[in-house]
Amino acid sequence: MAILEVKDLKKNFGNTEVLKGISFTMEKGEVLSIIGSSGSGKTTLLRCLNFLETADHGTISVEGKTIYDGESAVLRSEKQIRKNRLNFGLVFQQFNLFPQYSVLRNLTLPPELNASKEDINNSGGKTAFRKQLETKGMELLTRIGLAEKKDSYPCELSGGQQQRVAIARALMLTPDILCFDEPTSALDPELTREVLQVIKDLKNSNNTMIVVTHEMDFARNVSDRILFMSDGYVAESGAPDKLFNAPETAALKSFLNNSLN
Amino acid sequence: METFIKVTLQLAGGFGTTLALFFLTLLFAIPLALLFAVFAGSSIKPLKYLMRAFIYIIRGTPLLLQLMIVVYLPGIAFNAPLTKWQIFGGNVATSYFCGALFAFVVNYACYFAEIFRGGIENIPKGQYEACAVLGMTRSQTFFRVILLQVIRNILAPMSNEVVTLVKDTALARTVSVVEIFFAASELLRVQFIIWPLFYTGVFYLGFSALVTLLFNMAEKKLSKYWK
Ligand SMILES: Nc1ncnc2c1ncn2[C@@H]1O[C@H](COP(=O)(O)OP(=O)(O)OP(=O)(O)O)[C@@H](O)[C@H]1O
Ligand SMILES: [Mg+2]
Repeated sequence: MAILEVKDLKKNFGNTEVLKGISFTMEKGEVLSIIGSSGSGKTTLLRCLNFLETADHGTISVEGKTIYDGESAVLRSEKQIRKNRLNFGLVFQQFNLFPQYSVLRNLTLPPELNASKEDINNSGGKTAFRKQLETKGMELLTRIGLAEKKDSYPCELSGGQQQRVAIARALMLTPDILCFDEPTSALDPELTREVLQVIKDLKNSNNTMIVVTHEMDFARNVSDRILFMSDGYVAESGAPDKLFNAPETAALKSFLNNSLN
Repeated sequence: METFIKVTLQLAGGFGTTLALFFLTLLFAIPLALLFAVFAGSSIKPLKYLMRAFIYIIRGTPLLLQLMIVVYLPGIAFNAPLTKWQIFGGNVATSYFCGALFAFVVNYACYFAEIFRGGIENIPKGQYEACAVLGMTRSQTFFRVILLQVIRNILAPMSNEVVTLVKDTALARTVSVVEIFFAASELLRVQFIIWPLFYTGVFYLGFSALVTLLFNMAEKKLSKYWK
């Protein structure tokens, strides 16, 4: 079964139609890159998946379960939204780490706040629970090569390091699908590489990811599938080789021409 | 030397009133300012505009005038002088003090409210969005992530405003509150000694220094973490 199924998603801002009916599916462990020119609606799509925007129409299903339906208000209570959005993680272009907390605390705070009484009791009380979160946080920090920065504050890190911490923070909540909105476009080329390396590693450990990116090399070499968005539609989608070697639409052809040169 | 000690004690008595006015103003003005800030940023349009108009009027007129209005207007306009209100037992000095305190609280709440609103509006939208996608509730977002950032944002402007309050308390003498400056004027009037008037400066200066020091310490503590 598809881990994610998006059907006919539409979103307007006032009179501007930004998403005009987006449909796609994803399998578990798949990496989907979304490319497309500025203003084509890539960010809006990710924001709808994460419920930062409310889609006007369409459905979002995770593992066969409909978590959003434009027609039904039942799935839209604040509490329900909070629960549903945890199916997704989102890594922002601007990192958005919490400046007043150390790196490790940035990682442990959200799961601690999300924990139910049962979660805490099951792990043997508050202190034990927090210890567990810290252990998990340290594992993730080790994985992204920032274990020794656990007590640093975000402002003491480079952009690339901050973005890696932001990725780890999202992973702490073990989302089914991790979304990235141009995770490297605020970074120098050198720092870009270290962040993309982390995403590659995540792919190897079978994480399902959607990456909006302007890094064509990354889209081509790392993703399993590419979605090309143009003017609120999915204009073309398929395997990277197919899209890059044999683009069908004029829009994709001109987009590739512009971005490869 | 003997007069010096006597004068010092007398001024210290007045300074007690000054301090009471100062701390009580802070105590009531800060929560009131939070409420004002929420109203001024409210999505209910009439509430928002009324609040902003009120803040504009208070900030645009002298505190001195507001003090006069609060303390004397009820007597002049409605034949119901403050001293007849039986505030906390109806003692004249207490009545004047409460009237002055009311004016100070409202006035400073308006200034603080603007600072709070600025501090809240300066928080990047990304902080709220990060909290949201990490599954936090609104109150968790505010209390665990946003609040400390707001406090940091407002520390410097609050420090200015609070030091101004230290000095503004001297205005209370105009409505018969026997604070330190009033006490010094009494010494001049009754005993013809003028230097206590200047000596009050030492009290104000010392207290301002203390307030500034505390704010600097708080700022230092917070900026250890982030720029
Ligand atoms: N909150 C909003 N209110 C009004 N219009 C919006 C809003 N957010 C996005 N838009 C509009 O929607 C369109 C799509 O924006 P979106 O950010 O999704 O594009 P994008 O594909 O991510 O572009 P980029 O590559 O520049 O990031 C743009 O025309 C934008 O102006
Ligand atoms: Mg975008």
